[in-house]
Amino acid sequence: MTVAQVVALVGLGAFHGANPAMGWLFAVARGLQDRSRAALCRSLPPIAAGHLGSVAVVAVVVAVTGSIVASTVVAVVGGLVLVGFGLWRLLSTRHFRWVGMRLSHRELAGWSFLMSSAHGAGLMLLPVLVVGAGAHHHQHSVAAADGALDGLAAVALHTAAMFLTAGVVALLVFHVFGVGILRRAWFNLDRMWAVVLVAAGLATVAQAA
Amino acid sequence: MALLRPDPTFYPSPREAAAGPMEQLAYVAAFDRSATRPDAIAVVDVDPASASYGRVVGWTDLPYLGDELHHFGWNACSSALCPTAAHPHVERRYLIVPGLRSSRIHVLDTKENPRQPKVVKVLGPEELAKRAGYSRPHTIHCGPDGIYLSALGGADGADGPGGIAVLDHTTFEVRGAWEADRGPQYLAYDFWWHLTQDVLVTSEWGTPSMVEDGIVGELLLGRKYGHALHFWDLRSRRHVQRVDLGDQYQMPLELRPAHDPTKQYGFVGVVISVEDLSASVWVWHRSDGDGWAATKVIDIPAEPADPAALPDLLKPFGAVPPLVTDIALSVDDRSLYVSCWGTGELKRYDVTDPFHPRETGSVRLGGIVRRTAHPARPDLPLAGGPQMVEVSRDGQRVYLTNSLYGAWDDQFYPDGVGAWQALLHTSGELRLDERFFPHGDDFRGLRVHQTRLQGGDASSDSYCFP
Repeated sequence: MTVAQVVALVGLGAFHGANPAMGWLFAVARGLQDRSRAALCRSLPPIAAGHLGSVAVVAVVVAVTGSIVASTVVAVVGGLVLVGFGLWRLLSTRHFRWVGMRLSHRELAGWSFLMSSAHGAGLMLLPVLVVGAGAHHHQHSVAAADGALDGLAAVALHTAAMFLTAGVVALLVFHVFGVGILRRAWFNLDRMWAVVLVAAGLATVAQAA
Repeated sequence: MALLRPDPTFYPSPREAAAGPMEQLAYVAAFDRSATRPDAIAVVDVDPASASYGRVVGWTDLPYLGDELHHFGWNACSSALCPTAAHPHVERRYLIVPGLRSSRIHVLDTKENPRQPKVVKVLGPEELAKRAGYSRPHTIHCGPDGIYLSALGGADGADGPGGIAVLDHTTFEVRGAWEADRGPQYLAYDFWWHLTQDVLVTSEWGTPSMVEDGIVGELLLGRKYGHALHFWDLRSRRHVQRVDLGDQYQMPLELRPAHDPTKQYGFVGVVISVEDLSASVWVWHRSDGDGWAATKVIDIPAEPADPAALPDLLKPFGAVPPLVTDIALSVDDRSLYVSCWGTGELKRYDVTDPFHPRETGSVRLGGIVRRTAHPARPDLPLAGGPQMVEVSRDGQRVYLTNSLYGAWDDQFYPDGVGAWQALLHTSGELRLDERFFPHGDDFRGLRVHQTRLQGGDASSDSYCFP
């Protein structure tokens, strides 16, 4: 991994972690419901695990397809999918539907997986992952395995950054600011998120060209 | 268009809500009993600094006749901040206004001109029938994943069961019936929830045939109206438990769960006991283990009266039943307001300890026998009584209207129920505001039912953070 890749993975991890929709707000709610910081802290690993799962799916798909077809094709197709998904997020007014607050840790991980997937969190990493996958020129099966390992290292790094950011934000809101800050500081990230998706898609295609 | 920051009327917690700004306008459901003129939403100026304070300053007529407006609610509220499916950048903008008799559902946009909301959508009764199998829509609550709507009746000629339908948040189309498994539930009326506990509660009144032509004496004395609460799993949409109050306790109606999301109790008012005509208030709470129970915490006895002063329905009993038809819980969960529509009284209780309410105030207005006048018009005997109660977010003001339900008004107030709205200030002693008394022709001869306050009130919002 190059420095640029590391910076990108960590930066996107922080971006995802800071988004209330990705889980820190749910962790705060669980902490407040039980009036316990421990409940908040216990909620973060399952949320991170769900996010990791969602992002890893994309990484593995990129690695495997990258070993079978030329990396340019993966980049162009992946990039276009990403642009399309970003535009859909930009234009759609639909929001994630979920009823239920009393979740076990396993269900919480499932919720996080769905939330991250619905928001295209893994897709957003595509430009970084495609570059990583393209770096291998071995025999196909070896390349797939190596690519997948690189990809998993990338998503692990990304998720660590997401986990830390979410944890810091959740604890700050829980202990310092209080939920009243939501009224002032909960900016609508949806459009920015969608713009980042589109930009990531364009960057992926541009890299391939 | 989505907002950049959360709608300022969404509050993460009850405490934040109570600290929010005062309401400026009130929306009041007004209906024409004769169904010869359109029902309407009347807009009342409730800003004490305004020159038109206490007056009706706007009207929105509905496009059809005979709707019988009753309860209504907002498209979105503080539950939009709930973390599992947050969508905080939608607007509290549309009033969802069902016709209880017509089964039509109206959507009114309050944004452009809050004093004259615009009807932007009307769903015919066939929509609710076809998609959800229900009719006679009643209570609206803005849920985390859609707009929930209770309904008293079935569809296509079926009297029941009543239940809950879900409307789409953005299109307002009926998505379908909510229940995956209704268990023994058949009668419907009100519903609300403990959102953070994944619990939904419903109450029971009667099917359309039991209520639309007036209260039926044989059914009441036969203890056939509702007398149970139902508890549901909000996630799986399954019936979990029926809690029977006892069949003498006829008609548990309005449900007021604690606003504090860490609490698991709420209040329900019971209209009448057929054993002694008393009314009561119950608290539901967790029982030992996982179940639910309900405990009677307030008893309000009937008042003896000269039969000559009573409507035919009550002559044989020689007493006026209090008829607790609505209750309201302040956002801080400390004060419970109880309407006695029969005796013409509004009572306040301190319910800081929900199991031991303490009466802390009472105001008389109207009443079947007393006809207590408002201090703004001491010469004018009032019909009807305090009926719908709405408490402001900050708990400082309580709004009352006087009509119960067209056919029932006519039975209990046969010489006319009239129309009036009153405002109580709650700090210290309960005090009627003498500057605030829209009545009679102010409402164009329509009867007035539920009040909703601009920006939300004590019965409109649910909170996911304590």
